[in-house]
Amino acid sequence: MAVSDAAPAPGAVSASASAPRARALEFMGRRHRFHLAEALPWILMIAVYFLFPDRVTFGTQVLIAIMFTLSLDLILGYAGIVTLGHAAFFGIGAYTVALLSARLHWGEPISALVAGALIAALAGFISGWFLLRYRGLTLLMLTLATAILVQELGNYRSDITGGYDGVPGMEIWPLLGLFENDLFGRTYYIYVAVLLLLIFYVIRRIVYSPFGQALTGIRENVRRMHAIGSPVHRRLVASYTLAAAIAGAAGALFAQSTAYATLGVFDFDNSAKVMVMLILGGAGRLYGAFVGAPIYMILEDNLAKLSPAFWQFGIGLLLVLTVLFARRGLLGIAEDASRYFKRKP
Amino acid sequence: MPQSIAALVSILFDGLAYAMVLFIISVGLSITMGLMGFVNLAHGAFAMAGGYLVVSLTRSWGIGFVPSLALAFVAVGAVSVLFERTLYARLYKAGELDQVLLTIGLAFMAIAAYTYFYGPSPQTVSLPSFLTGQIDIGVRTVPTYRAFIILVGAVLIAMLWYGFERTNIGAKIRAAVDNRRMAQSVGIDVDRLFTLTFALGSGLAALGGGLAIQTFGLTPSFAVLYLVFFLIIVSVGGLGSLKGTLVASILLGVFDIGGKYLYAEAGGFFIYALTVLILLIKPAGLYGRE
Repeated sequence: MAVSDAAPAPGAVSASASAPRARALEFMGRRHRFHLAEALPWILMIAVYFLFPDRVTFGTQVLIAIMFTLSLDLILGYAGIVTLGHAAFFGIGAYTVALLSARLHWGEPISALVAGALIAALAGFISGWFLLRYRGLTLLMLTLATAILVQELGNYRSDITGGYDGVPGMEIWPLLGLFENDLFGRTYYIYVAVLLLLIFYVIRRIVYSPFGQALTGIRENVRRMHAIGSPVHRRLVASYTLAAAIAGAAGALFAQSTAYATLGVFDFDNSAKVMVMLILGGAGRLYGAFVGAPIYMILEDNLAKLSPAFWQFGIGLLLVLTVLFARRGLLGIAEDASRYFKRKP
Repeated sequence: MPQSIAALVSILFDGLAYAMVLFIISVGLSITMGLMGFVNLAHGAFAMAGGYLVVSLTRSWGIGFVPSLALAFVAVGAVSVLFERTLYARLYKAGELDQVLLTIGLAFMAIAAYTYFYGPSPQTVSLPSFLTGQIDIGVRTVPTYRAFIILVGAVLIAMLWYGFERTNIGAKIRAAVDNRRMAQSVGIDVDRLFTLTFALGSGLAALGGGLAIQTFGLTPSFAVLYLVFFLIIVSVGGLGSLKGTLVASILLGVFDIGGKYLYAEAGGFFIYALTVLILLIKPAGLYGRE
């Protein structure tokens, strides 16, 4: 934006050499800086806790969905990796918690959460190392088939996993040994919200770091990134591993907050759902997940009860309309609208 | 010993019948994907539409099963052109994410609409008497309907092969799959060609959907349930390759039936493991162009 008004003064040669650099730094700094509006989702989260005390259990699921969507945003929105199997990592996280509790009788939530995230990260690292050399349809198919492979493996060993009936006999211990999850799930709401804040902070730092810029570069023009010597594969694998860890954490929290996990978490529907949430809010922007996931979840909660068929039709229509007319999601629409009104006066 | 041979014949025969249905549904997807690189996740929805059309035609209109199949082929093929012109054509140059989202959206809408009109329970179709019962093929008796499916598949393969390899329009399609820009440069109207193959492919999918009612079971979730299989066949066989689609269909059909027959508890595990393995070694599929 500041190209025309900063034409270098005729005499100042040394100043003109450093001016673009200063401008770039200023631009980056301005983008990176904390805006007041960014506090809004967090204030809303606190408000929900006090305003709707009887809906906090549902709120917890919304927060988990936000976390899951955020993890997809990192690889799909920023790095441009189109995956149809992201539910695999969510499921691995959930099953780590469930199996630790039901089979090894270890129900301590925080260590189980860390274990879920680490095992999902390991799965992301291994699968990403092999899969991320491919692009396009091949990558779509490989991610899809990998997720089903994990699901089938769970089904094959249903003596351990309990198959589609779910893991029997899960028992989650009180948080920090102190806070039992009460009937209204207040403890878990706070627990998940705090973790979401931590994870969001990490993602925000990553997105604005040179590493995050490199990811965006890969999304926009992978050939050029190769040409300028960026280690594309390594960066993709790193982001994929991180996203897998966050998805695993979301899955672990899901299993802990509901004390249940079935092989259904690996379904293609789950991978598609998280993608819809992201696209609805706006991919490749930090707050897309915070808009898309709650709107999707609230609509689903209200409409799916009325008529599942109408709900599914609505989601399909929403997707078609989004692709055709609102490619940048709801946040993109909001941005365009605010720009339009700013220009008017 | 004869028992194991009989079992083997059963697996091969059932697997082949299964493979033919998979082939008939997938071949259109393979060619349209090869031609335009368009990721069409709504292809299963066209197959499902064909299945439901056959159910309605036979049940409410009293039309025979075989004529219904032909009608489904024509009707779904014609309707698909509408979708292609109004929706798909807008996204040919878009990335695969947009195409995936649009077509998942269409598949969801189709599932919802069919659930609303037909209900979620599986549908059946009454077969004419000459397609029911058993038939003796020498080694053992087999269900007549499966033999019919294999026959239909063989006839369609022969027709497609002839159309693809021996006619002018088939040569144009092959040229466009090989190199779309070059084909356009020598004056082939690739857009027109695509609309044509899209209609043909969707029609074939509808025909396959009609044949699948008795073997796969027809519920509204058909559109997504078997989509993974169609996509696996297309990507393992190689985009736009008739031979690849056939080989991949037979591999998947026989392995899936055999796997379920011999190691029921492992389920589809082997199929997906094999798919991942083949794609890792040959990312463009068995007969695809690198």
